[in-house]
Amino acid sequence: MIKRLLSVLHARNLEFLRDRSTLVFTLLLPIMLVIGMGFVFGGPERPLFKVGVLAGHLDRQAHPFLRERYVEFITLPDESAALRKVTHQQIDLLVDLHAPQRYWVNTDSPKGYIVEKLLLAAEPAAVRQPVTGAAIRYIDWLFPGILGMNMMFSCLFGVGYVVLRYRKSGFLKRLHATPLSAFEFLSAQVLSRLGLILFVTVILYVGIGAIIGFHNAGNVLLLVLLGVVGALSMIALGLTIAARFSSDELVGGLLNVLTWPMMLLSGIWFSLEGSPRWVQWVAHVFPLTHVLEAARAVMLDGAGLPQIAPNLLYLAATALAFLAFGAWSFRWRIE
Amino acid sequence: MSTAILEVRELVKQYPATTAVAGVSFSVPPGVCFGMLGPNGAGKTTTIEIMEGILPPTAGEVHYRGEPLGNRFREEAGILFQKSALQDFLTVRQSIALFRGLYTTGLDVDEVIRLCALEKLAGRDARKLSGGQQQRLLLAIALVNDPTLLFLDEPTTGLDPQARRNFWELMQSIKAQRKTIILTTHYMEEAELLCDEIVIMDRGRIIAQGPPRRLLHEHFAEVLLELPRQEFPPAARQLPLNIIDASDRVEISTHDLEATLRTLLEAKVPLTNLRIRPANLEDLFLELTGTELRP
Repeated sequence: MIKRLLSVLHARNLEFLRDRSTLVFTLLLPIMLVIGMGFVFGGPERPLFKVGVLAGHLDRQAHPFLRERYVEFITLPDESAALRKVTHQQIDLLVDLHAPQRYWVNTDSPKGYIVEKLLLAAEPAAVRQPVTGAAIRYIDWLFPGILGMNMMFSCLFGVGYVVLRYRKSGFLKRLHATPLSAFEFLSAQVLSRLGLILFVTVILYVGIGAIIGFHNAGNVLLLVLLGVVGALSMIALGLTIAARFSSDELVGGLLNVLTWPMMLLSGIWFSLEGSPRWVQWVAHVFPLTHVLEAARAVMLDGAGLPQIAPNLLYLAATALAFLAFGAWSFRWRIE
Repeated sequence: MSTAILEVRELVKQYPATTAVAGVSFSVPPGVCFGMLGPNGAGKTTTIEIMEGILPPTAGEVHYRGEPLGNRFREEAGILFQKSALQDFLTVRQSIALFRGLYTTGLDVDEVIRLCALEKLAGRDARKLSGGQQQRLLLAIALVNDPTLLFLDEPTTGLDPQARRNFWELMQSIKAQRKTIILTTHYMEEAELLCDEIVIMDRGRIIAQGPPRRLLHEHFAEVLLELPRQEFPPAARQLPLNIIDASDRVEISTHDLEATLRTLLEAKVPLTNLRIRPANLEDLFLELTGTELRP
């Protein structure tokens, strides 16, 4: 028995080691995970308070309050968006340190009460602008993230592995012998998966709404539009991976390389506000970041089409680009 | 102007380590069954896949009705691959309907089902068909666009003798419709039964081309004498006879049967298990390639 086991083990190891591309990705993935987790969770202790500063950039020398310890300062150039964050208790205080110095505090927020004391110790003349509003529950904030994550996995893995299976079984080769074009085939796969994803997302939306309830201040039809465009972008991204490869492990590795950074950086579990600018820039390359940003803007802040139009345009453009690239690089048969 | 339905000109296919097709040219007249024979690795499947338009050649070209392969070819050609999978979880009827939907014109799904004797299997999951039934389904899919040109790449390999004979009957009924068929096969009986014209390939080249009867006539005398190899004395190899070695037997080709028998008797070659028969395509294949066909 041991002999047989060792024979199979040896053959499998040879197969794995000789599949160079898979080997590289298998080794690369954990390294990327370590680096990603390090960026997201590493660094000094998380601060106790989060204060918004109405400014384009943060100059800590501009005021003694900005040098307070255990306070995270984030710049918020748009006053109305910043005020919504105070209302929803997503930040504990909002300050405008240009003369006349003003600050906004949510009178319903315990953390706002404490951080207000710190501000007044440093700037007693600051003018108080009280606002009220209940905190956004974590579930309300998290819910779009859960929907987006489910959408991402379904889009990338659902389509990627199906196309790979078709190629390995020879079904794609058979289709290639017909008048069907690569673009037509890929479009059919995209539409099929899109229908499934929308169906599942609607069930989740209605089901979770009925069981635990969640906050939606925006237009449901706008969310549907966002779901369609976002899913199209991510399905097309999955197709670019499956367009030409024939190795399960390579395709699996590539899909993991795409999904893990999105899991960590797209804001599914926590906000990336306050993280380095380049991390935010990288995060905005991923379609999921735009889906979640727009979904939260609609659901939490009641944003309309003009507010989320940049996200929709980015998703539509990437969907077309990925689909065109997928059709261009598509292989009907194992090379 | 050429009247051929398909013309292959100076086809070459090179891979990093080997040349699979090394300058092949031939033309296929309309309405014939054109056979491509050759031992494993002769380049048949590579050649036919280039002709089917699914594999690009390194050099050379294939013309369908005088034009490079294009949309018209894809609409009018039917293909049965050596190995082919279908989409999972579809019935026989749904699988045929899927492919019918890919063509502008073609036969009605029910008509194709009837043509390939699949009526009783129409509602069955396509994955649960036997080998012969599976091949009939793949043939139905190849016929769904009512093709003028039909490629059949080793369609009966792996089938039991009964299923193979059923498939031949089916192919003969298709042939009767004057469709052009390009057939690769390992079975000489199949080629003899169905093909009007054949090419024999070896090491990426064509080594013989023409109607089977003409090729047999060109390469063989009237009859073949077969003797078991172990009963053929080594000394008899020096006899002035046309001796061909096969794996388990020795074959002697002759146009003077009586003189050959006299020579063998005088050399005291045991004739108890002697078999006399006319030459067939298998003998021609053996003569030309020095290799026996193995399915």
